Amino acid sequence: MKVLVFVENNNGKATKAGLEAISYAKSLGAEVTAFMIGDVQADGGVGECGAQTLKVQAGNCDSRAMAKLIAQEAKDGGYNLLVASHDNLGKEIMPRVAIMNGYTLISGVTELANVANGCMVKRNVFSGKAIAEVASKSTISILTVLPNSFGVKKVGGTAAIVAMSATCEPSQVKLVEVKGNHGDAGVPLPEADLVVSAGRGMKGPENWGMVEELASILGAATACSRPVSDIGWRPHHEHVGQTGIAIRPNLYIAIGISGAIQHLAGVNGSKVIVVINKDPEAPFFKAADYGIVGDAFEVLPRLIEAAKHFTANK
Amino acid sequence: MKILVCVSKVPDTTAKIAFSNPTIYDESGVTFIINPYDEWYALVRALELKETLGGSVVVASVGGADYEPIIRKALAIGADEGVRIDAAEKDAFSVATEIASYAKDQSFDLVLCGKETIQYNGGIVPGLIAEMLSLPYVAGASKLDVDGNVVKLEREIATGIEVFESTLPMVVSAAKGMAEQRIPNMRGIMAARTKPLATIASANATEQSEVLQFSMPPAKSGCKMIAPEDAASLIQLLHEEAKVI
Ligand SMILES: Cc1cc2nc3c(=O)[nH]c(=O)nc-3n(C[C@H](O)[C@H](O)[C@H](O)COP(=O)(O)OP(=O)(O)OC[C@H]3O[C@@H](n4cnc5c(N)ncnc54)[C@H](O)[C@@H]3O)c2cc1C
Ligand SMILES: Nc1ncnc2c1ncn2[C@@H]1O[C@H](COP(=O)(O)O)[C@@H](O)[C@H]1O
Repeated sequence: MKVLVFVENNNGKATKAGLEAISYAKSLGAEVTAFMIGDVQADGGVGECGAQTLKVQAGNCDSRAMAKLIAQEAKDGGYNLLVASHDNLGKEIMPRVAIMNGYTLISGVTELANVANGCMVKRNVFSGKAIAEVASKSTISILTVLPNSFGVKKVGGTAAIVAMSATCEPSQVKLVEVKGNHGDAGVPLPEADLVVSAGRGMKGPENWGMVEELASILGAATACSRPVSDIGWRPHHEHVGQTGIAIRPNLYIAIGISGAIQHLAGVNGSKVIVVINKDPEAPFFKAADYGIVGDAFEVLPRLIEAAKHFTANK
Repeated sequence: MKILVCVSKVPDTTAKIAFSNPTIYDESGVTFIINPYDEWYALVRALELKETLGGSVVVASVGGADYEPIIRKALAIGADEGVRIDAAEKDAFSVATEIASYAKDQSFDLVLCGKETIQYNGGIVPGLIAEMLSLPYVAGASKLDVDGNVVKLEREIATGIEVFESTLPMVVSAAKGMAEQRIPNMRGIMAARTKPLATIASANATEQSEVLQFSMPPAKSGCKMIAPEDAASLIQLLHEEAKVI
């Protein structure tokens, strides 16, 4: 089976989501060809995750022009399946490729597809509260992988680089600028493996020092519940949940968050959930792996001490 | 400016999720709402643009008669006209095909969708529509401004904010930040009763995928409780037992 994986280029290297898409394709037992656009340093890191070949198309173009390049390669290369990440770029490009080439697109998949006979795959529905098994009706399908659902698996190796010589069509959408960092030097939330999150139980923005301290010791990103970002205690980009961003870290520590269903919808894909809440009846405990019933203002300092001790002895 | 807002109907965010057979969502006792991304962000921003630039806002849905209260609510919030395309929501491809075949000769300047539905979480209907209509598309925008023919968009990413520029006509899917929720007032609700709501025939779009079965995620094996005095032991457990740090 031949699989073409579109990998987003971040300053010459594959994004983490792109590597995850490669790992996904490799785990299907496929012969994996990665496709990157722009200037790529060496093999961009794709070989290490199992891509045999990296096709590089020079140029700088918008997602529609990218879709044309990918659709052409998909036709020329005789692939059985296309894979990409279900991130912004994947959502812009893959629907177009699906229409251009008449393939079926199944988005946001969370598990390895069954490709023995057609293509059947599981994806989250109802904001993670249920799972749907979906079957494609066409011979060639496109799967976009939900970020952080599969993980990057390094198998070692380097990809053979093939320079492509197509011409990019003119862009209709222009990226004018990227307004700098959200200000925090820490780990970007959607990519974080560890997340420390807090809610209204923290009483006010002045108390976030402890939350940030615990996060920085653990090397975690910070997040918050919706009311906390709505009232301006924390920036909007930290808001997780049904109407904020959905995350799937290895560890989610929720402090003073009640666990409303809309909040859970954005975090229930986390592998391990820790809940710290002074109310033993808080619904979040039902979704938790570890729980502490207690006052955050007493529990957090103890955790910070223990985390310091742990990292110092690691 | 003529704006199309695509709105879908989803179970209320607190609705219980159950299936009456492996492929059918059990709707008994469930209240339906407009998909939050469609209502709070796409529709409200469309209304704001109309209020400053003039024009009209059409809301369109693909679905059965049970969609009418949803469209009426969008009219109560302020849309001028509703369109229900009388077709089943078979999959993203069929929905997009129905919308594109309705929109193709309506010369909309802007097609606004939500970033995804909270029911299917597909996030691809707007991209499919964009390609079917050969229009530029930006996914998940948190800010949208129109200046003459030029559209300025912002999108929040992990490390900052991307700023895009494109031209009308185009398709945009809306994320949090684009607008603030509006609660319909009595006048809006009254006015909505007499606003036009047309039912148009399906283009008989086919689907490309099918749901074989729904299932529930595996239940958590139970929560291990730690006494607050022993909070420090949590770090050890996360390292040795859960192996996440
Ligand atoms: C359509 C819709 C969409 C929504 N989308 C989202 C979303 O995306 N994300 C989201 O988060 N919410 C969302 N909400 C809101 C959600 O329903 C809840 O209101 C919200 O998550 C509650 O936030 P919270 O847990 O921080 O606050 P609260 O519900 O006020 O809970 C605070 C918690 O802190 C605990 N506490 C108080 N003091 C302490 C202390 N000293 N130590 C320890 N614990 C303490 C309390 O026991 C309580 O459990 C949405 C709501 C709707 C209707
Ligand atoms: N049945 C429908 N009728 C109208 N618009 C829809 C319908 N389904 C989806 N959409 C639009 O497409 C967006 C993304 O949907 P989805 O790709 O299903 O997550 C939604 O936020 C709506 O704006």
